[in-house]
Amino acid sequence: MTESTYRIQGDTGEWEVVIGLEVHAQVTSNAKLFSGAATAFGAEPNSQVSLVDAAMPGMLPVPNKECIRQAVRTGMALGAVINKWSRFDRKNYFYADLPQGYQISQLYHPLVGEGTLEISLDEKDPEAFTKTIGIERIHVEQDAGKLMHDQHPTRSYVDLNRSGVALMEIVSRPDMRSPAEAGAYLSKLRSVLRYVGSCDGNMDQGSMRADVNVSVRKVGDELGTRTETKNVNSVRFVMQAIEFEARRQVEVLESGGRIVQETRLFDPDRGETRSMRSKEDAHDYRYFPDPDLLPLVLDDAFLDACQASLPELPDAKRRRYESDLGLSAYNAAVLTADADTARWFEALLAESARVQKKGEQEVARAAANWLISDLFGALNRLGKGIDESPVSPEQGAELLALVGDGTLSGSLGKQVFEIMLETGDAPGKIVEERGLKQTSDTGAIETVIAEVLAKNPNQLEQYRGGKEALFGFFVGQTMKAMGGKANPAVVNELLKKALAG
Amino acid sequence: MSNITDLGVAQLRDGVRDGAFSATEVATAFNDAVAKAKPLNAFIVETPEHALAAAKAADDARAAGETPKPLAGVPIGMKDLFATKGVQTTAASHILEGFTPPYESTVSQRLWDAGAGMLGKLNLDQFAMGSSNETSYFGNVISPWRRNDGGNAPLAPGGSSGGSSSAVAARIAPGATGTDTGGSIRQPAAFVGISGIKPTYGRCSRWGVVAFASSLDQAGPMARDVRDCAIMLEHMAGFDPKDSTSLDLAVPKWEAGLSGDLKGKRIGIPKEYRVEGMPEEIEALWQQGIAWMKDAGAEIVEVSLPHTKYALPAYYIIAPAEASSNLARYDGVRYGQRALPEGANLQDMYAATRAAGFGDEVKRRILIGTYVLSAGFYDAYYTQAQKVRTLIAQDFENAWTVCDLLLTPTAPSAAFALGEKSADPLAMYLNDVFTVPSSLAGLPAMSVPGGLDKSGLPLGLQIIGKPLDEQGVLNASLAIEERAGFTARPEAWW
Repeated sequence: MTESTYRIQGDTGEWEVVIGLEVHAQVTSNAKLFSGAATAFGAEPNSQVSLVDAAMPGMLPVPNKECIRQAVRTGMALGAVINKWSRFDRKNYFYADLPQGYQISQLYHPLVGEGTLEISLDEKDPEAFTKTIGIERIHVEQDAGKLMHDQHPTRSYVDLNRSGVALMEIVSRPDMRSPAEAGAYLSKLRSVLRYVGSCDGNMDQGSMRADVNVSVRKVGDELGTRTETKNVNSVRFVMQAIEFEARRQVEVLESGGRIVQETRLFDPDRGETRSMRSKEDAHDYRYFPDPDLLPLVLDDAFLDACQASLPELPDAKRRRYESDLGLSAYNAAVLTADADTARWFEALLAESARVQKKGEQEVARAAANWLISDLFGALNRLGKGIDESPVSPEQGAELLALVGDGTLSGSLGKQVFEIMLETGDAPGKIVEERGLKQTSDTGAIETVIAEVLAKNPNQLEQYRGGKEALFGFFVGQTMKAMGGKANPAVVNELLKKALAG
Repeated sequence: MSNITDLGVAQLRDGVRDGAFSATEVATAFNDAVAKAKPLNAFIVETPEHALAAAKAADDARAAGETPKPLAGVPIGMKDLFATKGVQTTAASHILEGFTPPYESTVSQRLWDAGAGMLGKLNLDQFAMGSSNETSYFGNVISPWRRNDGGNAPLAPGGSSGGSSSAVAARIAPGATGTDTGGSIRQPAAFVGISGIKPTYGRCSRWGVVAFASSLDQAGPMARDVRDCAIMLEHMAGFDPKDSTSLDLAVPKWEAGLSGDLKGKRIGIPKEYRVEGMPEEIEALWQQGIAWMKDAGAEIVEVSLPHTKYALPAYYIIAPAEASSNLARYDGVRYGQRALPEGANLQDMYAATRAAGFGDEVKRRILIGTYVLSAGFYDAYYTQAQKVRTLIAQDFENAWTVCDLLLTPTAPSAAFALGEKSADPLAMYLNDVFTVPSSLAGLPAMSVPGGLDKSGLPLGLQIIGKPLDEQGVLNASLAIEERAGFTARPEAWW
């Protein structure tokens, strides 16, 4: 456990920041929480709205078991208490994006109770600086629709596609003490959700967003009054919002003011938070148990099935990569941070071991290095995610095998990889068609070496006179003359012999 | 042969099946009767074409030699709380005036599937809130009954299913659907001398029924006798996966199980139902009911339901609390009426729409409900009322250890005149005193006519049963019906 040393330096001394996050994560599911309507992102407005979602008279909610299953699996992945008896409550307020006039949520008896999430604060050495953040609860609730104010000069339009979509609200304890910790928490939570498959974690599509609770205090003091900044939709913005808000609070307090408990908005363009509404005009939500729904009672068979369906989670996977595969801590962390990357890596690893007829641990380092440097480098350049990679794990494994058995030199391997990215062809085919195969044919190499020596008598004389640094020059000339296809080890060996005369 | 409109559900069904008359003749006779009975104001919308279409289907099926559907040839009235596809559905409110659902409620669909036709949408208290049918935006329903004092003061048909009770009593519909939240089937049935049963909560799907108080609302039939109610209920009840509170149980053959023989049954008489100021005639009818039960072979036991007096206050917290939330969806945004004053913002639109769209009683209950759920009052009111509700359910559970059914009066008085109680909401709420406890406990309960008071107005007796024992309730009600020989009917003045 690591104590944060992050402080806001004020005129009156150092201030500590106390942060809690309420993360809203859209549950991955084909249907909404209480209706059969679809949930696809980017559909035509109001094309995914059932009678229930539009709150037509007499319509009733029926819980979608898949949404409950995903929330339970998420809770289990966070080591949380699963409440076998939970209940839905209505949160009552009027707004045009809320057709029922209430949101079905869980206030009094949430589905998931206390859990934890371990975050690491040094990505180079994930075990060096870790901290355990408490999770207070996870409850499931309906999302609201969307208002569009920019479609008409005097009117607002309502899109109910999101209305009724299932969200998990994951509430942390106020355990974070710096923007970095909050960022690490959000990244790690996103990673776990994506591993579990309960949320796609797409913050730019609104699948995941955070309400950020911030207060400041002098170290050792009681908790200060907090503000809540709503709906912040990226890790970077969350960190910005905390930093801004903490500084603002310190300034207010040091100039003799006091912090008002209020809801604030984050303006990503200015990197600022600003007041939305204060506690005085806060809603009275009149929560009460939803009488249209029976309590949610989970049996052991359901819970066992949820538990059995959990995949290996990032921390366990990272440790296994280090201990079983012999990867560096950094590589293991990079490869396991995202579920898609880990999946890609494991496919590459399995295929590499298969085609090279070796154990996974024998091919793991080369696979990890190639993925992290070559593939990631290329994807970065192309602006693509690993799930959109133009090269498949099978093709990657083939390439690694060709380098591994000496068919391709390292630099030829990179060349072939570039062609693979462009054409999508398999490496074997490229090598075959373009004759890129590395040669170890000593006769051919010796012939070229003889030509190189003949063309460069001055350098040869200098070398033989003791200027051995010219060896590299001869290697370069030889490789160049052979179009890069000569096996460098063989070139070295034969050159040494020839130069020695 | 008597007039077709004098016949009830079973007789019409059997008559059409046997070829005594055609379904089209039946539909035509009732359509005509409905058209002539406008002074009762029982219907908000008349749908003679719907009744005729169902009748034609029944006649065609019979001509083709097909097995008749169970309700073939029976036209009924549909309380305007049930959503009917393509037919205006208003809950008797202005806010839903002009709203035509693109969907059909589960209960009405089951009735149509069974071959029934629809005479029209029946008037009711607005959003089913009321005990006299005086809160409808579409005007009061008038009871077909008159006092025998020679006066012609218009009487309340009871509520909220007042259109249903009035229509069945006036013989302009052989049967009708009702809904019961705190007595809205049983009290109007008692006021007009017909039968009506509220089944166990969860028997009938609430899907497509405009919600008043979700944990209490339950549909049920209203008809001229117990058999007709049993027949209709069989084709209203049943599991519906679209309603999470629906009971996943097979629907019993209630009609086939009817028997007025109560040998071996123990009938409980709850002493707390003897309320102060109850008219002697009600007490006398109750005693008469006890005698009938004994005559049918039942054993009578006195029981105590000690928390009865807290039922009404608890009900008038829980029902408005749920209503205040259930009615939030009527906001003028998506359907129904919208009031949009010049320069109004969203909040202004809500306020104007709801001010114009809801009647006074609905507003009163929304305000009560909002108050009891608000921060600082929630525990004192809502939580406390839920505790009372649990205790009331326990009272009944305890009673079932010594008896099988309970016999009580349905209402503390006969029908009152329109306007008599509408100025005093509390006096009006007291009408539900005998019906509310079984609603809070979700129990099946039925009202059957027992006799007339000295003004010549009907009085009802109520049978309350254990959860899912509709058969026991129907049978005890049948035993009363067989002995009461209730043949009184209002004289047509409309």
